[in-house]
Amino acid sequence: MTNTNPSVEIKQLDLSFGKVEVLKNLNLEIARGEFLVLLGSSGCGKSTLLNCIAGLLDVTGGQIFINDKNVTWAEPSDRGIGMVFQSYALYPQMTVEGNMSFGLKNAGMAKDEIKRRVDKAAGILQLEPLLARKPSALSGGQRQRVAIGRALVRDVDVFLFDEPLSNLDAKLRTDLRVEIKRLHQQLQNTMIYVTHDQVEAMTLADRIAIMKDGIIQQLDDPNTIYAKPRNKYVADFIGSPAMNFFKGEIKDGSFSSPEVSMDLKGYETVDGNLPNTNAWLGIRPEHIQSGANTKGCSFVGDATIEIVDPMGSDTLVWASLAGQSIRVRTEGQSSLKVGETLKIGFNADKLSIFDTDTELRV
Amino acid sequence: MSLSDAEQLNEAVKPPSKLFKNLTAKIAAIPMILTALVIFIGCTIWTIYHSFTKSRLLPSPDKWIGLDNYERLWSENRWIVSIENLAIYGICSLILSLVIGFCLAALLDRKIRFENTIRTIILYPFALSFVVTGLVWQWILNPELGLQNVVRNLGFENFTFDPINNADIVIFGILIAGIWQGSGFVMVLLLAGMRGIDEDIWKASRVEGIPTWKTYIFIVIPMMRPVFVTALVIISAGIIKVYDLVVAQTSGGPGIASEVPAKYVIDKMFQSQNLGLGFAASTMMLLSVLVVLIPWAYLEFGGKKNG
Ligand SMILES: Nc1ncnc2c1ncn2[C@@H]1O[C@H](COP(=O)(O)OP(=O)(O)OP(=O)(O)O)[C@@H](O)[C@H]1O
Ligand SMILES: [Mg+2]
Repeated sequence: MTNTNPSVEIKQLDLSFGKVEVLKNLNLEIARGEFLVLLGSSGCGKSTLLNCIAGLLDVTGGQIFINDKNVTWAEPSDRGIGMVFQSYALYPQMTVEGNMSFGLKNAGMAKDEIKRRVDKAAGILQLEPLLARKPSALSGGQRQRVAIGRALVRDVDVFLFDEPLSNLDAKLRTDLRVEIKRLHQQLQNTMIYVTHDQVEAMTLADRIAIMKDGIIQQLDDPNTIYAKPRNKYVADFIGSPAMNFFKGEIKDGSFSSPEVSMDLKGYETVDGNLPNTNAWLGIRPEHIQSGANTKGCSFVGDATIEIVDPMGSDTLVWASLAGQSIRVRTEGQSSLKVGETLKIGFNADKLSIFDTDTELRV
Repeated sequence: MSLSDAEQLNEAVKPPSKLFKNLTAKIAAIPMILTALVIFIGCTIWTIYHSFTKSRLLPSPDKWIGLDNYERLWSENRWIVSIENLAIYGICSLILSLVIGFCLAALLDRKIRFENTIRTIILYPFALSFVVTGLVWQWILNPELGLQNVVRNLGFENFTFDPINNADIVIFGILIAGIWQGSGFVMVLLLAGMRGIDEDIWKASRVEGIPTWKTYIFIVIPMMRPVFVTALVIISAGIIKVYDLVVAQTSGGPGIASEVPAKYVIDKMFQSQNLGLGFAASTMMLLSVLVVLIPWAYLEFGGKKNG
């Protein structure tokens, strides 16, 4: 995304805790009004990056710009950000209203302006009936809405969320996720959202940054990340159940491994040519056809069914293809039985192929 | 085994009687319960009863004299001085230990370097017995050997600081030693409480631009209420029974200027051989503790039900 006027810009950011380098030479540009999700496994440095943007951690090197202002050494409260935490971090002895107004009062804002902002935020988040309650008398979802409200009243351009839904149960999580999405559409603020939940990332994000060991592996919109992962780590990380991989060799436009041999015509390469090299061939479980649908596929083979997991809307089948375990997702409720043979097949256009040495997409 | 078999078995097993639940634990607790009943309550009642008798060297339960001991107690100058001293010592040491202890804890909580070393140094006095503390401060405050002498040697010839020899301010000499010992304890207790506070709270308050001191006063202290109550109760108990510090530092002198109630009780019982008067004094002490404790307990535990 090219934007001459980014909302948040991070240049060559380094951060280490003593000898431990957590973020290494990280560059990131976030457009005005964009919803960016930082996604990665535990300990990859997502929270650390967010805390650097918020100014809660002193960076070791590099620069941070928010709204074209260099805020690398500015106090968190001067950066024009609001932040929401996983643990809510509400002030337990204050009422909901007190929680939302305490920061503003402290900044010396006029009483009627505080009231106007609190009422507005409460209206947006449906907190009006709860204003007089203490946080201990609220449910988890309500508490997190109060925490969002506390960020909202600050009237800032950039919102930072650190796993805001991780402490909630599945149903509430979905509800609040939709609410956050609605909030973003309504306010059009820049939002940076840390999560390790793929569904949250895919549904909320304009762009997702997948991180590993403090390095951004891929920064793209959710569809590109899903369909064209840039390297094997991203391919493996995104998608549940995970992508199937076969290790083999590409020679003259076709792939061969002990399990799979197929012509790669129709595969869209990164730079237009397909090298002769050792490679991982990846195919998502939902892109494997089965039964009669396999007609016309570039690769067709027989797999033995080992486990059948009915998921309601679809069925997940664990099968063995020439000795290797693979995952296949089939539509609807199927009548497959363990031990039966399942005819499977797939086409080259849905594949992801990675060089075994560099693990980069070819 | 069929399903109905299992049902029958279930029916045969009745819920155990409440009395026999955790029977072993209850048996194990009996000696402790007896000790508490006999020693604490029994002896308290025994003491209160004998405070109405003319007991001298030995308790004499049949020489009932009514309130005579109490009248004598409250007409005695030494007792009045003791009470005044306790009030000054109590209020000052309560407030100062809490304030100093809190400030030290807050400083350490800011993640300064050498935290462990500093914590050990500050907590060290607490590991000492009051007798040692009393002696140490007797030396420090001694005009010929201690602080006054050091400052005079530095060139300030007219400097006077001799609380131990000055009847007007001797209680403040004891106060310094008491605080030196007490604030380290308060610090450790409060520091543990502060460390229990979610780091995200601090982050949230920083993002909102709330200064550190305001975060402590309006957010952290209210969250630490239970820890404060614990500290308060422990310090208060220590204040009311303060005895060894006085004995080691001043022996109640000069004259009777630094007497305290606990010392009065011990002296009456074991030196003046007037058990009745000593019991009367200790009953007064018990009464004062109850006057403080009952409203507090009522507020703390009585309020919970509707809270
Ligand atoms: N105060 C600290 N001192 C030393 N190392 C730290 C500190 N805070 C974090 N780290 C290290 O930095 C790395 C990144 O931590 P971070 O909290 O950013 O992970 P994360 O991606 O947010 O993980 P999670 O999903 O579990 O929250 C981790 O390896 C962690 O051990
Ligand atoms: Mg984290």
